[in-house]
Amino acid sequence: MTGEIGQLALSLALALSLLQAMTGLAGARAGNELARHTATISALGTFVFVVLAFGALTYASIVSDFSILNVAQNSHTLKPMLYKVTGVWGNHEGSMLLWVLVLAIYTAAIAFARRGGERITSAALGVQGLLAAAFLVFILFTSNPFLRLDPMPFEGAGLNPLLQDLGLAVHPPMLYTGYVGLSAAFAYAAAALITGERDWARAARPFMLAAWIALTLGIALGSWWAYYELGWGGFWFWDPVENASLMPWLIATALLHSALATERTGAFRSWTLLLAITGFSLSLIGTFLVRSGVLSSVHAFANDPTRGLYILALIIGAIGGALGLYAWRAPGREQGTAFDIASKETALLLNNVFLAAAAATVFVGTLYPLLLDAATGERISVGPPYFALTFAPIFFALLLLVPFGPRLGWKRGDWISTYKALLPAIGIAIVAAIAVLALTTPRTLAGAAAFAVAAWLIAASVIDLRKRQTITTSAVASALGHAGLAVTLIGIAGTTLWRSEALEVLGPGESMYVGTYELRLDSVVGARGPNYDAARANITVLSGGRAIAVMHPEKRLFPAEGQDTTETAIRTTIVSDLYLALGDRRDNTQWVVRAYVNPLAPFIWLGGLVMALGGFAALFGRLRLPRTSPTAAPQPAE
Amino acid sequence: MNAKKRRRLAFVIALVTASAAAAALILFALKDNVLYFYSPTDVAQKHVAAGVNFRIGGLVAAGSVTHGQSAEVAFTVTDGKASVPVRYRGVLPALFREGQGVVALGALNDTGTFTATEVLAKHDERYMPPEVVDALKRSGRWKEGQ
Repeated sequence: MTGEIGQLALSLALALSLLQAMTGLAGARAGNELARHTATISALGTFVFVVLAFGALTYASIVSDFSILNVAQNSHTLKPMLYKVTGVWGNHEGSMLLWVLVLAIYTAAIAFARRGGERITSAALGVQGLLAAAFLVFILFTSNPFLRLDPMPFEGAGLNPLLQDLGLAVHPPMLYTGYVGLSAAFAYAAAALITGERDWARAARPFMLAAWIALTLGIALGSWWAYYELGWGGFWFWDPVENASLMPWLIATALLHSALATERTGAFRSWTLLLAITGFSLSLIGTFLVRSGVLSSVHAFANDPTRGLYILALIIGAIGGALGLYAWRAPGREQGTAFDIASKETALLLNNVFLAAAAATVFVGTLYPLLLDAATGERISVGPPYFALTFAPIFFALLLLVPFGPRLGWKRGDWISTYKALLPAIGIAIVAAIAVLALTTPRTLAGAAAFAVAAWLIAASVIDLRKRQTITTSAVASALGHAGLAVTLIGIAGTTLWRSEALEVLGPGESMYVGTYELRLDSVVGARGPNYDAARANITVLSGGRAIAVMHPEKRLFPAEGQDTTETAIRTTIVSDLYLALGDRRDNTQWVVRAYVNPLAPFIWLGGLVMALGGFAALFGRLRLPRTSPTAAPQPAE
Repeated sequence: MNAKKRRRLAFVIALVTASAAAAALILFALKDNVLYFYSPTDVAQKHVAAGVNFRIGGLVAAGSVTHGQSAEVAFTVTDGKASVPVRYRGVLPALFREGQGVVALGALNDTGTFTATEVLAKHDERYMPPEVVDALKRSGRWKEGQ
C-alpha cells in the first residue's frame, strides 16, 4: 500500500508542478489574477504531495517494508531506528526525493511570503514549478524509489556503514537546503528578467541567506565527518565531490555581496543576475557530478548512464534557458548609478572578482580530468598541489582585502581614513606574525602569514563594530562572517603546518610517542554494537609519565553489509586534538596504530559555525541593536 | 568619459585582468600537478621514469601481501598481463583484500618497486574503482556483471 500511495503522490505532484509552471509564468503578466491564484494553490498542492511521498518512503523504511526494492537494497531490520530514517536519503532514489522535498519547501515559502510583489512571485513560482517538474520526471522515470520487489526478501542488504553516522545523516539535508535554496535565487533572477522587476535581489535575499547558511554548515559538517570517520586525520581532500559543494558556496558568497550593492545603490545589476544563475547552475552541476557516477566516491550511488544523461540534459536546459533569457532581456535594462574608485562598491567588486576567480580554479581542477578522460581516454587526477598553487593564493589575496569593505562608504568612500581606522589591526597582525615566528616550531612563514591575516580580519571586525555609532544586525553579520573566515584559517594553518604524526605496530603493553604524548596499548577487546562487531582498543595516554586519559579507537565489522569501518578516538582540548585510529591486526596480538596531534583542528569547523551565525544575523536585515556603552547617542538611521 | 562609463571600464578591466591571472595560474599549476593513472601494463609499456608521481590501479594479486616491520606492507598490483610490486607504510583501507581492486598513489623507485604514499580501496562490496575496471577491460580480464 505504502508504495502505491508514494507513487500516486509523486504523479500528482508532477501534474500540479506542471500546472504551477504554466499558471505561474502566465501570472507574471499584469492583471492575471486567476493564473496567480492557481499557481499558488498548485505550489502548495505540490508541496503536500511531495511531503506525502517522502513520508511514505520514510514509513516503508521504518517498518522495513522489503517489498519495496529501494528499502530492500538499502535497509536492514537490525539497523538502528535513527539510521532507518536517515537512510531514506542515504541512496540515490531517496536523495533525489529529498532534493524535490527541499525544493517544494522553498516554493511554498515563496508562495507564502510573496516578497517583491505579485508579478515577480508568480513568475518565480513558475520557474520553481518547471524545476520541480523536471526533477519529478527524473525521479519517476529513472530513479523511482517506489519500485516493487517480488518476491519480497526476508532481509535487506543494509546501508553503507560509513553512512551510519549522525554527522553524515544531517549532512545531505543541510547541503540540499543550500543547493536548492540557490534555486530560489535563480527563480527570482529569472522572474526579474521575465517581468522586468528591478527589486528582485531584496525579495530573494532571505532565500539566498538561508541557502548560504545551509551550504556553510553542510560543508563544515561534511569536512568534520571526513575528519573523524575516514581515519586519515585530514579534513579536506579536494575530492571532486567536496569541490562540487565548494563552488556554489563561493558563488553564493559573491552573490550575497553583489546583491548588497544592487539593493542599496543599483550597482552591478546585471552581474548579480548572472551570479544567481551561475550559483544554481553550479548546484546542478554538483548534483550531476555527485549523482551520475562519473566520479568514484562514497557519494556515487548511481551508475546508470541514463540518469547521468538526463541530469546533463536538465543542466543544459536550465543553464541554457536562463542564459538565453539573460542575453535577451538583460542588455535593455538601465544601468546603475556611478561610484568612486574609493567606495564600498569597489570593495564588493574586488570581492566578486576574487571569489569568481577562486571558483573558476576549482571548476577547472574538478572538470578538467573528466573532460580529458572523455576526449582522450587518459585518466588523470588533480590533487592538492594544484589547489595549493591556484585557489590558495587567490583566496589569500581576497582575505587581505576583506577588512576594507565594511569600513568604506557607499558611492564615495575614503581610502585614507579607512586605512587610518584599520591601522591598529595592522599592528595586531604584525604582532601576531612575530609571535608565531618566535614561539612555534617548526618555524614557518606560511604559519606567520596565516596568523597575521587571521588577526587582521578579527581585529578589523572588532574595530568596525566599535567605530559605528549604531550597530545594526547587518554590521554584526559582516563582522561575524569575516571573523569566522579567520577562525577557520587559524584551524587550517594549525592542523596542516604543525601536525605530528606517528604510525607503529604495537603489542599489548607497548608504547608509541606522538607530540608530547606517550600512548600505551593496554589491550584490544571484542565489543558488540546493535548491528556490528568491534575490536576496541584500550590505549592509555600519558603526558610527562602521568596517565591522563584512556582512549578507545575501534575497528567495526558490519556483517549485514560485509564491510568494516574505523572509528577514530579524538580527545580535544579545543586548541589541539589527539587523534587515534586503529589499523589492521598483525599476527595475533599486534595492531597497527596511527596517531596524530592536530593543533587547532576544532577551529576549522568552529569558524564555519561563526560564519553561519553571521548569516543568521543578516537574516534580520538592518535591524538596530542597542549599544552597551551609554556614551553613544542614538543616531538617525542611514 | 563620464562616471558611468569609467565604472564599467574599471569593472571590465578588473574582470579581464583577474581572469587572465587566474587562467595563467591554472595553466601553470596544471602543467606540473596532475597525476596520471597507469595500469601495470601501462607501467611496463610506457617506461615510466623513477620518481614521477602517478596512480596505479589493478587487483591485489592473490598471495602477494606480506607484512614487514613497523606497519610496512608489500603487495603486488596486477591487471592480468603485467604486475608491479608495491611497498607502503601506513594503515591499509578497511576494504583492502587480496583479489580485490586497489588504487595506490606514489612513484617508482630505481628498482622498479612502486612506493605508495596513499592506498585507496573501493568503498563497498558492489563498487569497483572505474579506473581499475578500465584497466582490467583493456587487459581482457574484465567480465561483465563482475
